[in-house]
Amino acid sequence: MPSGAGREGTGGGGGAPPQSKKMKFAVVVFPGSNCDEDAYHAVTDVLGQHAEYIWHKDTDLKGADVVILPGGFAHGDYLRTGAMARFSPIMREVERFAARGGPVLGICNGFQVLLEAGLLPGAMLRNDNLKFRCEHVYIRVEQTDTPFTLACRRGQVLRIPIAHGEGNYFAEPDVIARLEANRQIVFRYTDAAGDVRETANPNGSKAAIAGLCNEARNVVGLMPHPERACESVLGSADGLLIFESVVAALKTGAFGGSTGPALQTVR
Amino acid sequence: MRARVFVTLKASVFDPQGKTIADALHSLGYEAIDEVRQGKYFELDLKTTEAEQARALAAEVADKLLANPVIESYRIEVD
Repeated sequence: MPSGAGREGTGGGGGAPPQSKKMKFAVVVFPGSNCDEDAYHAVTDVLGQHAEYIWHKDTDLKGADVVILPGGFAHGDYLRTGAMARFSPIMREVERFAARGGPVLGICNGFQVLLEAGLLPGAMLRNDNLKFRCEHVYIRVEQTDTPFTLACRRGQVLRIPIAHGEGNYFAEPDVIARLEANRQIVFRYTDAAGDVRETANPNGSKAAIAGLCNEARNVVGLMPHPERACESVLGSADGLLIFESVVAALKTGAFGGSTGPALQTVR
Repeated sequence: MRARVFVTLKASVFDPQGKTIADALHSLGYEAIDEVRQGKYFELDLKTTEAEQARALAAEVADKLLANPVIESYRIEVD
Protein backbone atom coordinates (compact mmCIF):
# COMPACT_ATOMS: atom_id res chain seq x y z
CA MET A 1 0.00 0.00 0.00
CA PRO A 2 1.17 3.57 -0.54
CA SER A 3 2.50 5.25 2.55
CA GLY A 4 -0.42 7.57 3.03
CA ALA A 5 -3.28 5.35 1.98
CA GLY A 6 -6.36 5.86 4.05
CA ARG A 7 -5.07 9.10 5.51
CA GLU A 8 -7.58 11.92 5.49
CA GLY A 9 -6.32 15.44 4.92
CA THR A 10 -7.56 18.42 6.77
CA GLY A 11 -5.69 21.10 4.92
CA GLY A 12 -3.67 22.26 7.90
CA GLY A 13 -1.45 25.21 7.19
CA GLY A 14 -2.81 26.20 3.82
CA GLY A 15 -3.34 29.72 2.61
CA ALA A 16 -6.98 29.15 1.71
CA PRO A 17 -9.62 30.91 3.78
CA PRO A 18 -11.79 28.83 6.12
CA GLN A 19 -14.87 27.46 4.45
CA SER A 20 -18.12 26.18 5.78
CA LYS A 21 -17.93 22.97 3.72
CA LYS A 22 -14.74 21.60 2.30
CA MET A 23 -14.72 19.77 -0.99
CA LYS A 24 -13.56 16.19 -0.92
CA PHE A 25 -11.02 15.07 -3.48
CA ALA A 26 -10.40 11.39 -4.18
CA VAL A 27 -6.80 10.79 -5.28
CA VAL A 28 -6.74 7.36 -6.92
CA VAL A 29 -3.56 5.39 -6.22
CA PHE A 30 -2.46 2.73 -8.69
CA PRO A 31 0.61 0.57 -8.12
CA GLY A 32 3.22 2.81 -9.72
CA SER A 33 1.48 6.14 -9.15
CA ASN A 34 4.09 8.62 -7.99
CA CYS A 35 2.39 12.01 -8.10
CA ASP A 36 -0.43 11.02 -5.75
CA GLU A 37 1.22 12.73 -2.78
CA ASP A 38 1.89 15.88 -4.80
CA ALA A 39 -1.79 16.06 -5.72
CA TYR A 40 -2.80 15.37 -2.11
CA HIS A 41 -0.46 18.12 -0.88
CA ALA A 42 -1.76 20.64 -3.41
CA VAL A 43 -5.38 19.91 -2.55
CA THR A 44 -5.01 19.88 1.23
CA ASP A 45 -2.05 22.02 2.28
CA VAL A 46 -2.28 24.61 -0.47
CA LEU A 47 -5.94 24.64 -1.44
CA GLY A 48 -7.28 23.91 2.04
CA GLN A 49 -9.69 21.18 0.95
CA HIS A 50 -10.17 17.55 2.00
CA ALA A 51 -8.48 14.72 0.17
CA GLU A 52 -8.41 10.99 0.52
CA TYR A 53 -6.30 8.35 -1.17
CA ILE A 54 -8.34 5.66 -2.89
CA TRP A 55 -6.51 2.41 -3.63
CA HIS A 56 -7.08 1.12 -7.16
CA LYS A 57 -8.64 -2.10 -5.86
CA ASP A 58 -11.25 -0.18 -3.91
CA THR A 59 -14.73 -0.08 -5.35
CA ASP A 60 -15.98 3.04 -3.58
CA LEU A 61 -15.01 6.68 -4.08
CA LYS A 62 -16.22 7.38 -0.53
CA GLY A 63 -18.43 10.30 -1.37
CA ALA A 64 -15.81 12.32 -3.23
CA ASP A 65 -16.79 15.53 -4.98
CA VAL A 66 -13.81 15.41 -7.36
CA VAL A 67 -11.68 12.52 -8.64
CA ILE A 68 -8.01 12.94 -9.51
CA LEU A 69 -6.10 10.28 -11.44
CA PRO A 70 -2.52 11.28 -10.63
CA GLY A 71 0.70 10.99 -12.57
CA GLY A 72 3.19 8.16 -12.39
CA PHE A 73 3.59 4.81 -14.04
CA ALA A 74 0.46 2.85 -13.19
CA HIS A 75 1.19 -0.88 -13.32
CA GLY A 76 4.67 0.06 -14.51
CA ASP A 77 3.23 1.30 -17.80
CA TYR A 78 4.00 -2.20 -19.07
CA LEU A 79 2.45 -2.94 -22.45
CA ARG A 80 1.22 0.64 -22.98
CA THR A 81 0.81 3.62 -20.66
CA GLY A 82 -2.47 3.32 -18.81
CA ALA A 83 -3.45 0.09 -20.55
CA MET A 84 -3.69 -2.06 -17.44
CA ALA A 85 -4.90 0.63 -15.05
CA ARG A 86 -8.04 0.78 -17.11
CA PHE A 87 -8.99 -2.63 -15.69
CA SER A 88 -8.47 -1.68 -12.03
CA PRO A 89 -11.69 -2.15 -10.04
CA ILE A 90 -11.90 1.52 -9.02
CA MET A 91 -12.16 2.51 -12.68
CA ARG A 92 -15.70 1.11 -12.88
CA GLU A 93 -16.65 3.54 -10.12
CA VAL A 94 -14.74 6.40 -11.80
CA GLU A 95 -16.72 5.69 -14.99
CA ARG A 96 -20.00 5.82 -13.07
CA PHE A 97 -18.92 9.03 -11.31
CA ALA A 98 -18.01 10.60 -14.67
CA ALA A 99 -21.27 9.46 -16.26
CA ARG A 100 -23.16 11.21 -13.47
CA GLY A 101 -21.36 14.45 -14.35
CA GLY A 102 -18.78 14.36 -11.55
CA PRO A 103 -15.55 16.24 -12.26
CA VAL A 104 -12.61 13.97 -13.07
CA LEU A 105 -9.06 15.24 -13.66
CA GLY A 106 -6.39 13.00 -15.21
CA ILE A 107 -2.87 14.34 -14.86
CA CYS A 108 -0.11 12.93 -17.10
CA ASN A 109 -0.34 9.16 -16.53
CA GLY A 110 -3.88 9.81 -15.28
CA PHE A 111 -4.63 11.40 -18.66
CA GLN A 112 -3.19 8.32 -20.36
CA VAL A 113 -5.44 6.11 -18.22
CA LEU A 114 -8.50 8.17 -19.22
CA LEU A 115 -7.58 7.69 -22.89
CA GLU A 116 -7.09 3.94 -22.53
CA ALA A 117 -10.34 3.69 -20.58
CA GLY A 118 -12.19 5.46 -23.37
CA LEU A 119 -13.32 8.31 -21.10
CA LEU A 120 -11.46 10.66 -23.44
CA PRO A 121 -10.83 10.12 -27.17
CA GLY A 122 -7.45 9.42 -28.75
CA ALA A 123 -4.23 7.77 -27.58
CA MET A 124 -0.67 8.62 -26.61
CA LEU A 125 2.42 7.80 -28.65
CA ARG A 126 6.09 8.05 -27.77
CA ASN A 127 7.26 11.66 -27.89
CA ASP A 128 8.25 12.39 -31.49
CA ASN A 129 11.77 13.28 -30.33
CA LEU A 130 11.93 9.97 -28.38
CA LYS A 131 13.10 11.86 -25.30
CA PHE A 132 11.61 11.90 -21.83
CA ARG A 133 10.85 15.61 -21.47
CA CYS A 134 11.05 17.03 -17.96
CA GLU A 135 10.80 20.82 -17.99
CA HIS A 136 8.47 23.78 -17.58
CA VAL A 137 6.31 24.48 -20.61
CA TYR A 138 3.68 27.05 -21.50
CA ILE A 139 0.11 26.02 -22.16
CA ARG A 140 -2.73 28.24 -23.32
CA VAL A 141 -6.20 27.86 -21.83
CA GLU A 142 -8.52 27.34 -24.79
CA GLN A 143 -11.78 26.73 -22.97
CA THR A 144 -13.02 28.02 -19.64
CA ASP A 145 -16.35 26.18 -19.46
CA THR A 146 -14.90 23.07 -17.84
CA PRO A 147 -14.80 22.50 -14.08
CA PHE A 148 -11.00 22.67 -14.17
CA THR A 149 -10.60 25.93 -16.10
CA LEU A 150 -13.48 27.98 -14.73
CA ALA A 151 -11.10 30.30 -12.85
CA CYS A 152 -8.87 30.89 -15.87
CA ARG A 153 -9.18 33.47 -18.60
CA ARG A 154 -9.60 32.21 -22.13
CA GLY A 155 -6.22 32.56 -23.83
CA GLN A 156 -4.41 32.73 -20.49
CA VAL A 157 -0.91 31.26 -20.67
CA LEU A 158 0.09 29.02 -17.77
CA ARG A 159 3.62 27.93 -16.97
CA ILE A 160 3.45 24.33 -15.77
CA PRO A 161 6.00 21.49 -15.77
CA ILE A 162 5.78 18.35 -17.86
CA ALA A 163 7.53 15.02 -17.20
CA HIS A 164 6.72 12.33 -19.72
CA GLY A 165 8.04 10.12 -22.47
CA GLU A 166 4.67 9.34 -24.02
CA GLY A 167 2.72 12.56 -24.35
CA ASN A 168 2.46 12.68 -28.12
CA TYR A 169 -1.30 12.96 -28.46
CA PHE A 170 -2.75 11.19 -31.46
CA ALA A 171 -6.20 10.94 -32.95
CA GLU A 172 -7.31 10.55 -36.55
CA PRO A 173 -8.02 13.82 -38.44
CA ASP A 174 -11.79 13.36 -38.22
CA VAL A 175 -11.53 13.00 -34.44
CA ILE A 176 -9.34 16.11 -34.17
CA ALA A 177 -11.89 18.00 -36.29
CA ARG A 178 -14.64 16.86 -33.94
CA LEU A 179 -12.61 17.93 -30.89
CA GLU A 180 -12.16 21.37 -32.47
CA ALA A 181 -15.84 21.67 -33.40
CA ASN A 182 -16.99 20.64 -29.93
CA ARG A 183 -14.38 22.92 -28.27
CA GLN A 184 -12.93 19.93 -26.41
CA ILE A 185 -9.31 21.03 -26.73
CA VAL A 186 -8.81 22.66 -23.35
CA PHE A 187 -5.04 23.35 -23.38
CA ARG A 188 -2.49 23.77 -26.16
CA TYR A 189 1.29 23.98 -25.97
CA THR A 190 2.41 27.48 -26.88
CA ASP A 191 5.37 29.78 -26.37
CA ALA A 192 5.41 32.27 -23.50
CA ALA A 193 3.44 34.74 -25.61
CA GLY A 194 0.68 32.20 -26.18
CA ASP A 195 1.45 31.45 -29.81
CA VAL A 196 1.30 27.87 -31.07
CA ARG A 197 4.71 27.05 -32.55
CA GLU A 198 6.32 23.82 -33.52
CA THR A 199 9.27 24.61 -31.27
CA ALA A 200 6.90 25.04 -28.30
CA ASN A 201 5.37 21.59 -28.76
CA PRO A 202 7.48 19.30 -26.56
CA ASN A 203 6.24 15.95 -27.86
CA GLY A 204 4.68 16.24 -31.31
CA SER A 205 1.06 16.20 -30.15
CA LYS A 206 -1.49 16.68 -32.91
CA ALA A 207 -2.95 20.21 -32.92
CA ALA A 208 -0.51 21.03 -30.07
CA ILE A 209 -2.96 19.37 -27.68
CA ALA A 210 -1.80 19.45 -24.06
CA GLY A 211 -5.20 18.68 -22.59
CA LEU A 212 -8.78 18.01 -23.55
CA CYS A 213 -12.21 17.27 -22.14
CA ASN A 214 -15.05 14.92 -22.97
CA GLU A 215 -18.21 16.07 -24.71
CA ALA A 216 -19.97 16.57 -21.37
CA ARG A 217 -16.92 18.68 -20.34
CA ASN A 218 -16.67 17.20 -16.80
CA VAL A 219 -13.73 14.86 -17.57
CA VAL A 220 -10.46 16.68 -18.25
CA GLY A 221 -7.03 15.21 -18.96
CA LEU A 222 -3.75 17.03 -19.40
CA MET A 223 -0.10 16.03 -19.69
CA PRO A 224 1.41 18.93 -17.67
CA HIS A 225 1.44 18.66 -13.88
CA PRO A 226 -0.58 21.49 -12.28
CA GLU A 227 -0.11 19.89 -8.84
CA ARG A 228 3.63 20.56 -9.15
CA ALA A 229 2.99 24.23 -9.84
CA CYS A 230 0.80 25.36 -6.97
CA GLU A 231 3.36 27.31 -4.94
CA SER A 232 5.67 30.03 -6.20
CA VAL A 233 8.56 28.42 -4.32
CA LEU A 234 8.29 25.62 -6.88
CA GLY A 235 8.81 28.03 -9.76
CA SER A 236 5.18 28.62 -10.64
CA ALA A 237 1.82 28.77 -8.91
CA ASP A 238 -0.18 28.75 -12.15
CA GLY A 239 -1.38 25.20 -11.58
CA LEU A 240 -3.39 26.28 -8.57
CA LEU A 241 -5.93 27.82 -10.98
CA ILE A 242 -6.88 24.32 -12.11
CA PHE A 243 -7.72 23.23 -8.57
CA GLU A 244 -9.34 26.55 -7.61
CA SER A 245 -11.49 26.18 -10.70
CA VAL A 246 -13.03 22.92 -9.59
CA VAL A 247 -13.75 24.25 -6.11
CA ALA A 248 -15.54 27.21 -7.72
CA ALA A 249 -17.34 24.90 -10.15
CA LEU A 250 -18.61 22.68 -7.35
CA LYS A 251 -19.94 25.69 -5.47
CA THR A 252 -22.14 26.51 -8.43
CA GLY A 253 -23.76 23.10 -8.06
CA ALA A 254 -23.21 22.36 -11.72
CA PHE A 255 -21.20 19.24 -11.02
CA GLY A 256 -21.28 16.18 -8.92
CA GLY A 257 -24.69 14.95 -9.95
CA SER A 258 -27.06 14.71 -12.84
CA THR A 259 -29.50 17.32 -11.57
CA GLY A 260 -27.33 20.44 -11.70
CA PRO A 261 -27.64 23.01 -14.45
CA ALA A 262 -25.19 22.97 -17.35
CA LEU A 263 -22.06 24.89 -16.49
CA GLN A 264 -22.58 27.27 -19.40
CA THR A 265 -25.67 28.64 -17.73
CA VAL A 266 -23.94 29.55 -14.50
CA ARG A 267 -20.74 31.18 -15.77
CA MET B 1 -1.86 -24.33 -29.81
CA ARG B 2 0.33 -21.30 -30.11
CA ALA B 3 -0.96 -17.96 -31.29
CA ARG B 4 1.42 -15.25 -32.44
CA VAL B 5 0.12 -11.70 -32.27
CA PHE B 6 1.97 -8.97 -34.20
CA VAL B 7 0.99 -5.47 -33.11
CA THR B 8 2.12 -2.50 -35.19
CA LEU B 9 1.24 1.15 -35.37
CA LYS B 10 -1.42 1.86 -37.97
CA ALA B 11 -0.19 3.20 -41.31
CA SER B 12 -1.63 6.62 -40.49
CA VAL B 13 0.45 6.88 -37.30
CA PHE B 14 3.97 8.28 -37.42
CA ASP B 15 6.45 5.86 -35.84
CA PRO B 16 9.36 7.86 -34.41
CA GLN B 17 11.17 4.73 -33.21
CA GLY B 18 10.94 3.14 -36.66
CA LYS B 19 12.21 6.36 -38.21
CA THR B 20 15.19 6.46 -35.83
CA ILE B 21 16.00 2.81 -36.57
CA ALA B 22 15.81 3.53 -40.32
CA ASP B 23 18.14 6.51 -39.85
CA ALA B 24 20.60 4.29 -37.95
CA LEU B 25 20.53 1.67 -40.71
CA HIS B 26 21.14 4.34 -43.31
CA SER B 27 24.12 5.62 -41.36
CA LEU B 28 25.42 2.02 -41.33
CA GLY B 29 25.31 2.07 -45.11
CA TYR B 30 22.02 0.19 -45.67
CA GLU B 31 20.65 2.64 -48.18
CA ALA B 32 18.57 -0.16 -49.70
CA ILE B 33 16.28 -0.08 -46.70
CA ASP B 34 13.63 2.50 -47.36
CA GLU B 35 11.49 2.57 -44.25
CA VAL B 36 11.21 0.77 -40.90
CA ARG B 37 8.07 0.24 -38.83
CA GLN B 38 8.53 -1.36 -35.43
CA GLY B 39 6.01 -2.97 -33.14
CA LYS B 40 5.30 -5.62 -30.51
CA TYR B 41 5.18 -9.39 -30.76
CA PHE B 42 3.31 -11.69 -28.40
CA GLU B 43 3.40 -15.50 -28.20
CA LEU B 44 0.35 -16.96 -26.52
CA ASP B 45 0.47 -20.60 -25.46
CA LEU B 46 -3.10 -21.78 -25.37
CA LYS B 47 -4.79 -24.79 -23.80
CA THR B 48 -7.03 -25.36 -26.79
CA THR B 49 -6.13 -27.68 -29.68
CA GLU B 50 -8.63 -26.06 -32.04
CA ALA B 51 -7.06 -23.54 -34.42
CA GLU B 52 -10.21 -21.47 -34.80
CA GLN B 53 -10.71 -21.32 -31.05
CA ALA B 54 -7.09 -20.26 -30.66
CA ARG B 55 -7.48 -17.54 -33.27
CA ALA B 56 -10.70 -16.26 -31.70
CA LEU B 57 -9.18 -16.16 -28.24
CA ALA B 58 -6.06 -14.37 -29.48
CA ALA B 59 -8.23 -11.82 -31.28
CA GLU B 60 -10.29 -11.29 -28.16
CA VAL B 61 -7.30 -10.50 -25.94
CA ALA B 62 -5.69 -8.42 -28.69
CA ASP B 63 -8.84 -6.30 -28.88
CA LYS B 64 -9.19 -6.09 -25.13
CA LEU B 65 -5.60 -5.53 -24.01
CA LEU B 66 -2.69 -6.23 -26.35
CA ALA B 67 -3.47 -3.55 -28.93
CA ASN B 68 -5.03 -0.10 -28.76
CA PRO B 69 -7.21 0.22 -31.88
CA VAL B 70 -6.82 4.01 -31.88
CA ILE B 71 -3.15 3.73 -32.84
CA GLU B 72 -2.42 0.07 -33.50
CA SER B 73 -3.50 -2.83 -35.68
CA TYR B 74 -2.62 -6.50 -35.26
CA ARG B 75 -2.16 -9.70 -37.20
CA ILE B 76 -2.53 -13.23 -35.78
CA GLU B 77 -0.82 -16.47 -36.78
CA VAL B 78 -1.85 -19.79 -35.24
CA ASP B 79 0.01 -23.09 -35.28
